[in-house]
Amino acid sequence: MLSLSLLQEPSLYTVKAIFILDNDGNRLLSKYYDPGLYPSIKEQKNFEKNVFNKTHKADNEIAFLEGMTIVYKGSIDLFLYVVGSAQENELMLMSVLNCLFDSLSHILRKNVERVCLLDNMEGVYLVVDEIVDGGVILESDPQQVLKKVNYRADENPLSEQSVAQVLQSAKEQIKWSILK
Amino acid sequence: MIKKFDKKDEESGSGSNPFQNLEKSAVLQEARIFNETPINPRRCLHILTKIIYLLNQGEHLGTTEATEAFFAMTRLFQSNDQTLRRMCYLTIKEMANISEDVIIVTSSLTKDMTGKEDVYRGPAIRALCRITDTNMLQSIERYMKQAIVDKVPSVSSSALVSSLHMMKISYDIVKRWVNEAQEAASSDNIMVQYHALGLLYHLRKNDRLAVTKMLNKFTKSGLKSPFAYCMLIRIASKLLDETEGGHDSPLFDFIEGCLRNKNEMVVYEAASAIVHMPNCTARELAPAVSVLQLFCGSPKAALRYAAVRTLNKVAMKHPSAVTACNLDLENLITDSNRSIATLAITTLLKTGSESSVDRLMKQISSFVSEISDEFKVVVVQAISALCQKYPRKHSVMMNFLSNMLRDDGGFEYKRAIVDCIISIIEENPESKETGLAHLCEFIEDCEHTVLATKILHLLGKEGPRTPQPSKYIRFIFNRVVLESEAVRAAAVSALAKFGAQNDDLLPSVLVLMQRCMMDSDDEVRDRATFYMNVLQQKQKALNAAYIFNGLSVSVPGLEKALHQYTLEPSVEPFDIKTVPLATAPITEQRTEMAPIATSKLPEKLAPSRQDIYQEQLANIPELHGLGPLFKSSELVRLTEAETEYVVCCVKHTFARHIVFQFDCTNTLNDQLLQKVIVQMEPSEAYEVINYIPAHSLPYSQPGSTYTLVRLPDDDPTAVSCTFSCTMKYLVRDCDPNTGEPDDDGYDDEYVLEDLEVAVADHIQKVLKPNFGAAWEEVGDEFEKEETFALASVRTLDEAVSNIISFLGMQPCERSDKVPENKNSHVLLLAGVFRGGHDVLVRARLALADSVTMQVTVRSGDETVVDIILACVG
Repeated sequence: MLSLSLLQEPSLYTVKAIFILDNDGNRLLSKYYDPGLYPSIKEQKNFEKNVFNKTHKADNEIAFLEGMTIVYKGSIDLFLYVVGSAQENELMLMSVLNCLFDSLSHILRKNVERVCLLDNMEGVYLVVDEIVDGGVILESDPQQVLKKVNYRADENPLSEQSVAQVLQSAKEQIKWSILK
Repeated sequence: MIKKFDKKDEESGSGSNPFQNLEKSAVLQEARIFNETPINPRRCLHILTKIIYLLNQGEHLGTTEATEAFFAMTRLFQSNDQTLRRMCYLTIKEMANISEDVIIVTSSLTKDMTGKEDVYRGPAIRALCRITDTNMLQSIERYMKQAIVDKVPSVSSSALVSSLHMMKISYDIVKRWVNEAQEAASSDNIMVQYHALGLLYHLRKNDRLAVTKMLNKFTKSGLKSPFAYCMLIRIASKLLDETEGGHDSPLFDFIEGCLRNKNEMVVYEAASAIVHMPNCTARELAPAVSVLQLFCGSPKAALRYAAVRTLNKVAMKHPSAVTACNLDLENLITDSNRSIATLAITTLLKTGSESSVDRLMKQISSFVSEISDEFKVVVVQAISALCQKYPRKHSVMMNFLSNMLRDDGGFEYKRAIVDCIISIIEENPESKETGLAHLCEFIEDCEHTVLATKILHLLGKEGPRTPQPSKYIRFIFNRVVLESEAVRAAAVSALAKFGAQNDDLLPSVLVLMQRCMMDSDDEVRDRATFYMNVLQQKQKALNAAYIFNGLSVSVPGLEKALHQYTLEPSVEPFDIKTVPLATAPITEQRTEMAPIATSKLPEKLAPSRQDIYQEQLANIPELHGLGPLFKSSELVRLTEAETEYVVCCVKHTFARHIVFQFDCTNTLNDQLLQKVIVQMEPSEAYEVINYIPAHSLPYSQPGSTYTLVRLPDDDPTAVSCTFSCTMKYLVRDCDPNTGEPDDDGYDDEYVLEDLEVAVADHIQKVLKPNFGAAWEEVGDEFEKEETFALASVRTLDEAVSNIISFLGMQPCERSDKVPENKNSHVLLLAGVFRGGHDVLVRARLALADSVTMQVTVRSGDETVVDIILACVG
């Protein structure tokens, strides 16, 4: 029986949760796909807090907490998390995380940071909806996701900026990343 | 490149959260503009986003307000703005459970799912299935079938995944779409392939034959999707596990072949599947281990983590298979991801040599505070395993553990450490005092009642036998003053043991007891009063019976017997001997696992196997009047594994009878067996007095038949007997498909293997925590001693395990463990003989060329002593 319980039950339900937190650990978006896992908002937020505390200091890509495998990625002032069971194939979770990041990066015109994300929240919701449906990986190719979502932050103030302004902002970003 | 902005920048950023301080009522107010004509897509979009954001933050919407907003939203279907429409779908999904009458949007969604706009179709299907129930699903069944085989991949995928979700509520309807799913599986699109395969498997998983066929087809056709490959590997390894298929099967070849796949995800899945297979040989593991070794050097942290975690699992069962990776693992012990470093170190601890232990322990203590509790438990488990492997290293380990014990940590973590220290103490007598000192320090400030009581119990057991017992008294009495009721009660019991063992401490213990008798809690007072009175008698026998060794009856059994006694008032006092004995706790196999989900099941006292049997036998009227069940044996197989009928036997011993329970399974699907009994022919003066048949035994449904045998009264020494067994029954042939039997049948019989009853069936194991006290208690009135030569036995270990299994008694004081490099050993065994007499055996073993054994037996009854000696001889 022991061997059975350790064996990965064949199933399409791969992802237990996806969430995006800001750099104070506040929830910006979260989706829980397994109703048995943290059924109440309070438990969910506790879990997110615990995960955040254990992960925000070092950009380690993967962690194991509360019996679950968590892959994550930080981007400027955001943290993206994908959660799966302890037995889940870590690389499958990574492919979801990478797809999420690449898709967001495209619709946000490479500004994967808090303000820009909040300004384009509807696009973010649509992206997440196209990547995972009820815990099943629906799509893992960012190009396909973008095609389906067909959304771009084009009414974003950034698009009204001149080329010089864009360059300026890019410089700023580089400066920050070097300074830190 | 991912770095955080510093505080200054952060402040300017937080001001611009458009969703900060959103008011639910204000947003719902704004939602009224949904009703304005013409629709302003941009503003409406923004309001929908706000609603979803609020719901996501945990804002609660009342049914009325939710329904109102939902109905207003339905108007937005008039707009043709793409993003707005997509956000409507999302809102529908989010509000499906909180708003009423969501089915109002069914027709709009059905229109979108069958419409011309491909961008709408997939999401519309997914939204529609979210609000559909079984009845409605029937009405859209036609569209779903079409959608599954649609040429547009997003439509097909959406339909397949939604079908999978729908299966949970309408399995029977979704089952009808299996042909469509089959067609979708041959799609060129990799995600459609994956989703179709998943749906097909979920539909067929209870039909092993269909799953096998499906596997054969897909493993040959060669899928393109790496996800689908992972799924196939999982299905194949599950099938291998269920069918116990050998590793020469094509399924194993398929999995092994996947180790050479181009995609890392598939390679890892295959390696992990092979590693998790039970009974893998080193040669079969080797290719999997070498790909994992390769992954250890990957620049991707997730891949390194996956590889080292899996290697860690291999190392538990096959440390030698992982030795080849030691160099790669060494490189990982300084990995910046502490999870990876921890796993690498604990793996090396399992595979490395004794000389590397100190270095690795030093490395791990440098960052142990940074890792999560889950991994700390992994470290403790590794240490525990290490202590068993290299007992000489226990001082290093003990030091490390005591430091860990002082750190902060949750219950699971602390429990793992305490268990580990206790096992070190038990394995290494010389570490006892240091270990107890660490534990004493720990309970001074321990918030976990369970751990405190456990440690107090251990102190009570081990403390009095140390050279300086007095130093523990302070720690124990501090508990009486400071802790909760449960801990205080445990402390009182521990104190009593010090008083009973050490005469010079007795006066002070009595003074402390006196104080405990004024405790505010009933249980604490009762215990103190009881121990006070026992201790004041100053009698060794009383101390042994009531303080050291306690009751050995089964608690549920005692409860039942007492209840029975109160129902039938009698002048006779209650007799404790009528209560079934507790079966010796089965020492759980220590299964170490790398980080696994800690089971969230509440720990409750499960009834023992024997309590369950007792219950079952009590329901059979023919077996009433036999008294309490004394002992139930292990399962004995009376047939080969793959035969027409599978029969196992359990021997239930009562005071004067034995009940043989035969669990029979009929493995022929064209036969129905009736009136099944097992006829038994005894070799000795045993008398078969009743057969209780199993009335009907249909294909693959196990049933039980019982044979009742009376033990010979006149000759109590006749404890062993051989029975020849034959199963007799009426066969009725039946149709394998319908199970409908023919009208008439014929008698038939089937010869089973012989069944032995031996001395072990008459003795129940009882653990005496303090054997010396029990030995004195029984006294030497009926003591007998004899010496035997065990000619065929070559080692002490072998002799010890032979004696234990032959007599079926409980080894005490850990005397079943023979220390290494010793030529003599004393084995202490305790049990209760049928009828309720304690029996104790002390076997002194000496090893020369063969083993010589001097057996001393004590019991309250002379016959029992004679029986034991007669059997050993």
